[in-house]
Amino acid sequence: MNYFDRFAIPHGDPLIYASMVAIGLTVIAIIAGLTYFKKWGYLWREWLTTVDHKRIGIMYLISALLMLFRGGVDAIMMRAQTSIPDNTFLDAQHYNEVFTTHGVVMIIFMAMPFIYALMNFVVPLQIGARDVAFPRLNALSFWLYFMGAMLFNISFVVGGSPDAGWTSYFPLAGNDFSQSVGTNYYMLSIQIAGIGTLISGINFITTILKMRAPGMKLMKMPMFTWTAFITNAIVVFAFPVLTIALLLGTMDRLFGANFFTTTNGGMDMLWANLFWIWGHPEVYILILPAFGVYSEVISTFSRRNLFGYKTMVASIVLISFLSFLVWTHHFFTMGQGPLTNSIFAITTMAIAIPTGIKIFNWLLTMWKGKIKFTVPMLYSIAFIPIFTIGGVTGVMLGMASADYQYHNTMFLVAHFHYTIIPGVVFAMLAGLTYWWPKMFGFMLNERIGKWAFWFIVVGFNVTFFPMFFTGLNGQARRMYTYSEATGFGPLNLLSFVGAIGLAIGFALIVYNVYYSVRYASRNISSDPWDARTLEWATHSPVPEYNFATTPEVDSIEAFWDHKKNDRPIFADKIETIHMPNNSGWPFVLSCVFFVWGFSLIFSMWLPAIILTLVILGFMAYRSFEKDDGHHISVKEIEETEKKLRGVS
Amino acid sequence: MKIKSAFVGSFIVTLLLLTGCEPLKVLDPKGPQAETTSNVIWISIATMAIIVIAVFALLIFVLFKYRASKQPDDYEPPHIEGSKWLETIIVAIPVIIIVILSVVTVKSTYQVEATPTGYEEQEPMTIYASSSNWKWHFSYPEEDIETVNYLYIPTDRPIEFKLYSYGPITSFWIPQLGGQKYAMSDMVTTLHLAADEPGEYMGRNANFSGEGFAENTFQVKAMPAKEFAEWVDDVQKTAKPLTKEEFDELLEPGHLGQMTFSGTHLSFMPPPEGHHDGHQHGSTDDSEQHHH
Repeated sequence: MNYFDRFAIPHGDPLIYASMVAIGLTVIAIIAGLTYFKKWGYLWREWLTTVDHKRIGIMYLISALLMLFRGGVDAIMMRAQTSIPDNTFLDAQHYNEVFTTHGVVMIIFMAMPFIYALMNFVVPLQIGARDVAFPRLNALSFWLYFMGAMLFNISFVVGGSPDAGWTSYFPLAGNDFSQSVGTNYYMLSIQIAGIGTLISGINFITTILKMRAPGMKLMKMPMFTWTAFITNAIVVFAFPVLTIALLLGTMDRLFGANFFTTTNGGMDMLWANLFWIWGHPEVYILILPAFGVYSEVISTFSRRNLFGYKTMVASIVLISFLSFLVWTHHFFTMGQGPLTNSIFAITTMAIAIPTGIKIFNWLLTMWKGKIKFTVPMLYSIAFIPIFTIGGVTGVMLGMASADYQYHNTMFLVAHFHYTIIPGVVFAMLAGLTYWWPKMFGFMLNERIGKWAFWFIVVGFNVTFFPMFFTGLNGQARRMYTYSEATGFGPLNLLSFVGAIGLAIGFALIVYNVYYSVRYASRNISSDPWDARTLEWATHSPVPEYNFATTPEVDSIEAFWDHKKNDRPIFADKIETIHMPNNSGWPFVLSCVFFVWGFSLIFSMWLPAIILTLVILGFMAYRSFEKDDGHHISVKEIEETEKKLRGVS
Repeated sequence: MKIKSAFVGSFIVTLLLLTGCEPLKVLDPKGPQAETTSNVIWISIATMAIIVIAVFALLIFVLFKYRASKQPDDYEPPHIEGSKWLETIIVAIPVIIIVILSVVTVKSTYQVEATPTGYEEQEPMTIYASSSNWKWHFSYPEEDIETVNYLYIPTDRPIEFKLYSYGPITSFWIPQLGGQKYAMSDMVTTLHLAADEPGEYMGRNANFSGEGFAENTFQVKAMPAKEFAEWVDDVQKTAKPLTKEEFDELLEPGHLGQMTFSGTHLSFMPPPEGHHDGHQHGSTDDSEQHHH
């Protein structure tokens, strides 16, 4: 192929050219804006080089929201295409690319950074720490994720997007059946982002184990911190499998290896096994932090301590363990025989037990409480029944014999949206609204928030409930079109209507941010929700060093006890604080990774080899570098505290 | 809350109107295997409905009774760590439900993976169903005929499908006769089906396999044994034989209409069976041994 032809889009389409123009204009606008307002220096000093967990959290948040809209546009396009029989809005190839990128973007580039946004912001504050254990690695994690996401997103306009589904099953994803560079993008951009996630996993485990405030024993950690801890434990066990699977897949695609081909001894189902050994724990990586958010929100707005704290902890540990024992249920229909299927059916259904326990514990937390219907609480309340439907349909899917009928149908699509959307998206919106005042020092508008909530909840159900029926009626997933005779038409149209409702809901959230930035009162206390955990004990917005003096803790809800029983949590005497220095290296290294990935995707060997050496050089340099950070003097802290106390 | 219940109500009515005209295919079985899965699905729907209703009821009760606007200003909720009683109940109930469903699952899974109930005495008829981008090839070794994109089967006779693929993983699925199974290029899987009633049924590949996936369907016609025998005779007499060259052409990616041949491709392109081809998961005998 001609050198430049490879960068062209294999399936030109007005929509793709339009997005090309849109991306170009956005980039120009950003560069022009930064230059005009002279913000390059500010951007570099305050954000690109930051190692502050709070700022990294906010950057994760912004990227996650951007990706939410990117994946959301894909979703709308899919529902528009299938809204009527024999529709010609998208052709088969374009539709295949759209559902593939929708899945990858939503799981890897939206949900993952969203949970890391909240973890980054909240966990160090909840455990009374000044930062994470390895602040610079934390910045590297973020930038690797960000560059992976950017690399994946340019695939639409440079060379073509992956089109083999987010599960990317071989041999379909192999060179024989997928000739464009799309799947190369998949392999390398997820790899780069995944390395970032793995680093985060190690970072947070260390942080939570080593940096808790004095007195905070493991069984005194707030529930969100517990879920963050267990989530990162799953990350550390699951992500290496993904790393290896992607590495083998890259070998197959770039170097003609035969790990997953069906000739020369390769095994297509090996990919499926490796993918789901990572992929199933991955869904619990997404859901557990959500459980943590709900535990905090429900307990705060019911004015009650969490019911059954110990069973809650036990059940998340059990879920994390079981999550590794169920991956085979993703291919019950592979012909592995009734014995294997029975075993995995039982382990799968067993997950419903700890999950059910949690649902009842949340209900019992509200019991005898004093429930306030704030926006975060509304999402948490809506989560319970919707997620229950998602959970029970999961048990239905787990029954192997019945799964032979649900497998690969819209029933499955309905099920996992019924778990992931209330389980991750609602939780993240709840967490976002809940911790927003702590992040930015003002609150989001409740009225607009409630409008958005109703559009999202109603729109969600209208979109996904019909899919249970079309699935049982024989509609397979990933079909770009169907004939009128199938009878799938009316329910698919209803789904499209629901999707528009969802889109309006998300647009209202954007409007809410805009509105609140302009009009919301900055004069709020540091604890506007009357909350219970330690992050609310410091100022809003939080100073660089989090807490002027390290808190001392002797209960699960240290801050609540402090408020109710006047138990002191802070020592009076301020001492100098040691903080890490900002660094541009994580950002620069990640940029190198971006170009490295791009070179490999297009098999440009010379730059790929040089950049590999550059990356190794960076690591070698870093291992010899001496950087002891800096100290904040007592005087500085006192001044900051005085200033902030005036505000909050 | 009122808006919500009105919405839920109208939603259910709409769904009933939209789906009420015809039964859903999976729940409208025409053979013993689909009957088994349909029963399992109904059992699970009933069990799960109880749980969903219980959670909804508890949630609504708690929200109404303990909402802040209903309570005196000075009410301070109690600190409750937990309760041995309640916690035992909320652990025990899910455990019992899962145990019951596990029994149902294991039993029915063995059932649909074996010769269909009621047909154990009969010798099953073997049909090789292989997929290529984006077609289905049906080889009838005993009858020595082959069809493309349509499948005729006799009623009241167990059929053993041998599934494999020339290309990406596909999934062979006739919802009204039974659940699906993968067809892969490096091994042969076995699917047991039977049709109780004559009729025409929808069959398709259910696993995404690239550009032509949506149209990767086939028509299934079940007919009495006599009619089936007549059709086989007719094919033997009138259809042209399948040659290797012709079959190679059929394997080219694309869509084709329905085609009929005498002879099968099994003679010159054998399926990936036996100990040396791939990893045998669906073993050729029913003992379901694994040869890796």
